[in-house]
Order: sequence, then structure tokens, then C-alpha cells
Amino acid sequence: MTSIDAPTSTIPDEPGATRAAKAQLSVRGIGASYRKRPAIRNVSLDFKPRTVTALIGPSGCGKTTLLRCLNRIHEVTRGATVEGVVELEGQNIYAPGVDPVAVRRRIGMVFQRPNPFPTMSILDNVVAGLRLVGECRTRSAKLEVAERTLRLAALWDEVKDKLDRSGLSLSGGQQQRLCIARALATEPEVLLMDEPASALDPISTAKIEDLMTTLAERYAIIVVTHNMQQAARVSQETAFMLAGEEAVGELIEFGPTAELFTRPKDRRTEDYITGRFG
Amino acid sequence: MAVAMAQARSLRVRHARSAVGVVSTALCAGAAAAALLLILGYVVREGAASISIPFLTQVPHPVGIPGGGVANAIAGTGITVAIATLMAAPIGVLTGVYLAMYGRGAFASSIRFLSDVLAGVPSIAIGLFAYVVLVAPFKHFSAVSGSFAFAVLMLPVIIRTTEEAIRSVPVTIREGALALGLPVYATTVRVVIPAARAAIVTGLLLSIARVTGETAPLLFTAFGSQFWELNPRNPMAQLPLQIFNYAISPYPLWHEQAWGGALVLIVVVLVLNALARVALRSRTSR
Ligand SMILES: Nc1ncnc2c1ncn2[C@@H]1O[C@H](COP(=O)(O)OP(=O)(O)OP(=O)(O)O)[C@@H](O)[C@H]1O
Ligand SMILES: [Mg+2]
Repeated sequence: MTSIDAPTSTIPDEPGATRAAKAQLSVRGIGASYRKRPAIRNVSLDFKPRTVTALIGPSGCGKTTLLRCLNRIHEVTRGATVEGVVELEGQNIYAPGVDPVAVRRRIGMVFQRPNPFPTMSILDNVVAGLRLVGECRTRSAKLEVAERTLRLAALWDEVKDKLDRSGLSLSGGQQQRLCIARALATEPEVLLMDEPASALDPISTAKIEDLMTTLAERYAIIVVTHNMQQAARVSQETAFMLAGEEAVGELIEFGPTAELFTRPKDRRTEDYITGRFG
Repeated sequence: MAVAMAQARSLRVRHARSAVGVVSTALCAGAAAAALLLILGYVVREGAASISIPFLTQVPHPVGIPGGGVANAIAGTGITVAIATLMAAPIGVLTGVYLAMYGRGAFASSIRFLSDVLAGVPSIAIGLFAYVVLVAPFKHFSAVSGSFAFAVLMLPVIIRTTEEAIRSVPVTIREGALALGLPVYATTVRVVIPAARAAIVTGLLLSIARVTGETAPLLFTAFGSQFWELNPRNPMAQLPLQIFNYAISPYPLWHEQAWGGALVLIVVVLVLNALARVALRSRTSR
């Protein structure tokens, strides 16, 4: 484990709140469609605080779609609709009157494909989320945030001498870690990561896995992965999804990672983790 | 054996076809380039003799007196186009952004349709419109009425290129900004528009290049002048008008100067086009 500073938590540590008792993010009957075509249906599960939850399942089963429902970015897609309830610390983020912008400040996201802002330098990319709320005006404040988050994202050593270069000048894997640093800079309470390591070499992957473990001391982390070993290594809980009939994704099984991988309750889970399909 | 021969034959046919394609397209491209070079070469040959420091710094001399230049016309065209750009750029860019980001409804469709129609209206008709609106009521020709006509000509170009520029910004970039908790407005202004900036600037430069050589809308708006005139509320010399007037005059000296003016105009437009390319190329490098 690397010993690096994690961003200070914005979650109040409630004394007496038992770890498992309270869900950080509680999903109730979520369904999502693209232009009236349902992609996921009736997904319900609880994401615990200070826990890494892995989302696994074959390609196209709706992992990304579920993730995008959790920070209200799904509705940005033209023709996309959501139904159901997602409670962040007891408050429904889909309740009328809830500002999606406020939700997204508290629930950060790293996308499946790296998406650095093309006209911004590496430094400005990292602090982009803070600059707009008027924070991080001075260069020293930017550097302070950048060093902390880029170290966390295992990118600092590679970019510390070229922070003013374009974010696009980095390799794909470096761009992905830049996007991770960018998401950390706003200090979200929940971090959604969509296959964050799919473009990374084994060394960076190991660093990102360490990062998840570090962050899980304070945050809830939900990570989509196609890599069973990775899910087993980093997560405490695992959700298995599968597109059933009509190609609509559903939650098949959800539970502690160790149990799901050693004693799956559902045949389809067993088939998937033993590589029999998908 | 038979299969191998058939394959070899189909390969030969394919090679022959592609050779025909390459040659015919290359010929067409060559013809287009040759026509362009011919025009350019001719203008340079006829115009180069008139180009001199006095030609670029003096106002026209009266008929019969040798010398004189087109400095007032260059300045006039510069001023008229600059004012037109100030009028058209903000409206055009904002309209383009609106169409790209929010333009789904009937209102947006009708704006898009009107813009397309406007792009097809002959420039002389737009000059007439400017005359009716800004010249006739005041009974006074003015450079600013010419600018107005130019602005109307520029608008559809700017709207279209801006909309395209914004649309070509990948949706993942926009979502990345939204996911950071930036409001839609900030996402548009801080992330999406900057990402499209190079292409927007390119569109602006192309729209400027497009009107710089326009003559028809100036005939009854800016009107032209033989004197130094920098007040846009008055009639003002214009390079294309000067070329026109000199070219139809009976004096050989003026004919030469018309070629000189045409050369200046072509160089200006070429420079604008070159700048547009540079702007587009500097999109990512920094
Ligand atoms: N923008 C979109 N428009 C229309 N349909 C979409 C869109 N995005 C995803 N879908 C559909 O929704 C379903 C779920 O897709 P999703 O991206 O959530 O899968 P996934 O589990 O993340 O797959 P992968 O592992 O390949 O990333 C698929 O059938 C896909 O075709
Ligand atoms: Mg996905």
C-alpha cells in the first residue's frame, strides 16, 4: 500500500453509525432506456460507505448505464429516461427539485474512455471542477491540488515537469489517470469508475487498484470491471449483471465479493465467473 | 489452379479500376488547380507593374494626372469589413451555439431554414435591402450601410460553421464537464466553446474572406469615393468598387491600376484563407 495523502473527507463521521448499517447510495428499482428501448430494468442494491463495490457482467449488460444513472448523467443523453429511486445518504437524487449539478458534485465519475478537456493544460484539467466555483485561483493553490491528486492517481512523476502542456499530449493511459485526478480534485463522496484500468499497463493498474483501496478508507467506490481478478482483489462487494430476455440488463446477484466468487447462489453467476459464457 | 487464375484476374481488374479512379480524379484536380493558377498568374502579370509604395499609400489622382493609388480604398474596405464583422460575429456565433446545444424544436428548425435561405440570396438583393433600410430613409450613402449588407451575407456562413464546430466537439467532453458538477452554462462556455474555438475562428475568417471581394452590395450602399474618408457614416472608397470603376473607365492608366487593385484584393483574401487554415491547425497544439 502506498502511503499518500487522501483528500480530506467531506462526509461527517457519525459516531455510532455502524459500518454496514447505513447505505451511502441506495438504489431502488432503477430502470433506464435509450429512446424508449430499455437497457436496464428494476435494479435494486445498496452501496456501502467506505467500500469498493465491483460491477461485473458481460459487455452490453448495462453496467455503464447503471453507473450513469447514479450521478444523473444518463439523462443528458438525448432520448434517455430513468425511473426509480437513488438515495444518497437517505435523499432521493431523482426527487423533484433536486439539482443534478449538486448531485454530480458529490458523486464523481471516471469514464470508460479518457476525456481530458482538449484546450486545457494538464494543470487546468486537474483543477477544472474547482476553478468554476471560484476556488483554486492562484497558481500555488492549483499546484497544491494538482500534486496531491496526481500523486493519488499515480501520474505525478510522469507529468510534474510538463504541467502546462496540453492534456491531449499524454498517452491514453496517462489521460485516464489525469481524468481520475480531475475527479478526485472536487472531493466527491462517492466515486464511480467505469473500467478505469482498461487502458493501463499492469504497473499503473496496480497503482490504480492501490488508489481504490486508499480512497475506500473514506469514500464509497463503485467500479465497473471486466477483470475478475481485479474485482476479487479490490472490492469488498460485487454485483453481477446480465442482459436477460429482450436484451435488458438486470441485477442477477449481489453480495460480499468473497462469497459471490466462491459460493455463487445463481447458476448464471457461476457460469460467468468460471468463464462459461459472456 | 482455376481459382488462383480467377483471383489473379479479379485482382488485375481491381487494380485497373483503381488506376482509372486515381488518374481521372487527379486529372480533374489538376484542371481545377491549373485554372486557379492561370487566373492568379494573369492578375500578377497585369497587376504587378502598378504595385508600388505610392500606389499603396496615396489616394487616386484626378483623370490625366499620372500616379495616385488605392490607399483610401484599402482603408475603406478594411473599415467596412471590420464593422460588418463586429455586427455579424456575436449574433452569428451565439446563434450557432444555440442551434448546436439547444436547437431541437420547431423554432430552431425555422432559424436553420432561414439561415440556409439567406445563404442563397444573391448579394445584390441584400445590397438593395440595405439600401432600402439604411440609405433611402436618410438620403445618404454610407459605409455602415455597406457593412450591414456584408453582415447579412456573413451571418449564414458564421451560423453554419459555428454550429458544425460545436457539434463536432465529442459528447464525452461535454459529459466529462457535467460529471464534474459544472452547470450546463459553464460547461458550454468553459469547455465546449473553447474546444470548438479554432473551428469557429476559421469560420469567421472564411466569412470575412467571402465578403471582402463582394462588389454588388456596395454599389448603392458604401457607394465609393475618390477621397480619404474614414467616417463610416459617409460614402467611402472600397477596393472592389475602385477596381470596377477603373476597369470600365476608358483610360489605360486606370486599367493598369484596376489590375493592381485586383492583385491587392486577391492577396488579402488569400492571406485570410491561409490564416483560417493556420487557426484550424493550431486546434490541439499548444
Ligand atoms: N447512447 C446510447 N444510445 C442507445 N443505446 C445505448 C447507448 N448506450 C448504451 N446503449 C445500449 O444499452 C445497453 C447497455 O449498454 P452499456 O453501455 O450500459 O453496457 P456495458 O455493460 O457498459 O457494456 P461494456 O462492458 O461493453 O462497456 C446496450 O444494449 C447498448 O446498446
Ligand atoms: Mg461500459
